Amino acid sequence: MTVKDKGWKEIAPAGVCSKASTDFLTGDWKTYTPLRDPVKCTRCLLCVAFCPDGAIHWRPEKGDIEFDTRYCKGCGICANECPTKAITMKFEQE
Amino acid sequence: MATEEWKFTTKDIAEKPDLFLSGHRACAGCGPATVLRMIMKATRGPTIVTEATGCMEVVSSIYPYTSWAVPWLHTAFETAAANASGIEAALKILKKKGKVKYEHVDVIALAGDGGTYDIGIQALSGAVERGHDFLFVLYDNEAYMNTGIQRSGGTPHGAATTTSPAGTVIPGKLEYKKPIAEIMVAHEMPYVATASPYYWRDMLTKVRKGLEVEGPAFLHVFAPCPRGWRSDPAKSIEYSKLAVETCVFPLWESINGQCQLSTPSKLIALAPQKKKLVTEYLKGQGRFSHMFKPQGRKLLEEVQRVTDERWQRLLSKCGMKQ
Ligand SMILES: Cc1ncc(C[n+]2csc(CCOP(=O)(O)OP(=O)(O)O)c2C)c(N)n1
Ligand code: SF4
Ligand code: SF4
Ligand code: SF4
Ligand SMILES: [Mg+2]
Repeated sequence: MTVKDKGWKEIAPAGVCSKASTDFLTGDWKTYTPLRDPVKCTRCLLCVAFCPDGAIHWRPEKGDIEFDTRYCKGCGICANECPTKAITMKFEQE
Repeated sequence: MATEEWKFTTKDIAEKPDLFLSGHRACAGCGPATVLRMIMKATRGPTIVTEATGCMEVVSSIYPYTSWAVPWLHTAFETAAANASGIEAALKILKKKGKVKYEHVDVIALAGDGGTYDIGIQALSGAVERGHDFLFVLYDNEAYMNTGIQRSGGTPHGAATTTSPAGTVIPGKLEYKKPIAEIMVAHEMPYVATASPYYWRDMLTKVRKGLEVEGPAFLHVFAPCPRGWRSDPAKSIEYSKLAVETCVFPLWESINGQCQLSTPSKLIALAPQKKKLVTEYLKGQGRFSHMFKPQGRKLLEEVQRVTDERWQRLLSKCGMKQ
């Protein structure tokens, strides 16, 4: 986006946030990345429900899930909760 | 959408667009973030959210970004329920004047434990007494996390926080967790319930019931905070399961004052051998680590005893003997 953010003197007194936080990528926070084994995965979608960051998407047209590395913070909740242990957390090297 | 039409399956959750958006700044593994993302999946139509100051308010509204795909209002720390009262009253009058095109608009107030048990309780008590039609959701991470882990009325006995540090002088927080949901039941309000994100279907159903009921509803949601609990971020949902399995945080609802256990806790009441020891839940959390040293034994026994006593009291309230 090229529009410059308004400074505190220009914004409405109540301070209205103008952009969706989806413009702010949190994916670079992570030190571990979830890797899923598509064979073990039963597409139960529990990981989609439990992810605090909405970083796993269900794609009905593909009948499959997709990890969104733009937002994933690498917490490991998906791996911990997966009933078939299909997800492993991989340490990210620099 | 009525409750019957939405089956509350993982597919329903996955296919409904997020109303609490990605890109929020909560810590990795934040329990309250999962709770908010999920409860917003149970909304039934036009919804306005108002939130007290606290972690979830801060992480979702850092200028110029917002994580809310619904109208959202923040004013101050103590005012979630006062805001909701004003919003609901305004909606009523605007509808009367023909200025609101919707048949109904739901109002949800969100607050942490600090914003509910402590500083927010007078606004909450007043709003409930006046009978405003709104759902108050308490996400309980058991301390003032946003300002650096200070103890609140919701912090459990024995937990170490920065204002109740475990050491040679005191063994963590001396006082007991205030029974906030029971205090709300004493308001003789139409709907009060407790919920835990691991039991997500139970939680979403309770959100929907709280929205559908006419008048005030109160939902107390258990929300692990890895930062403040000094726990593994991957285990936030697991702790929300263990808290229920150990009866540290039983699941129940009170409809017009009639208290009943919800299925996960009812199953434990019917088969008491399934009830786990509190150590199963406490271990691994840094805030309780001093309880696992030799000098912490008495405290550990006391936590078990008080948990058992509270569980027994709840059973008799729900008409279940053990
Ligand atoms: C009147 C007032 N007092 C103190 C503060 C500072 N403050 C901001 S957030 C917060 C703690 C919030 O704790 P809680 O409600 O438990 O939410 P959490 O951060 O744990 O999610 C405090 C003390 C404030 N904003 N306003
Ligand atoms: S929780 Fe596991 S099995 Fe279920 S969809 Fe996710 S990766 Fe697949
Ligand atoms: S590691 Fe955490 S943030 Fe990343 S996809 Fe899994 S649950 Fe979501
Ligand atoms: S401190 Fe706790 S509640 Fe606050 S954002 Fe971090 S994990 Fe969530
Ligand atoms: Mg808190």
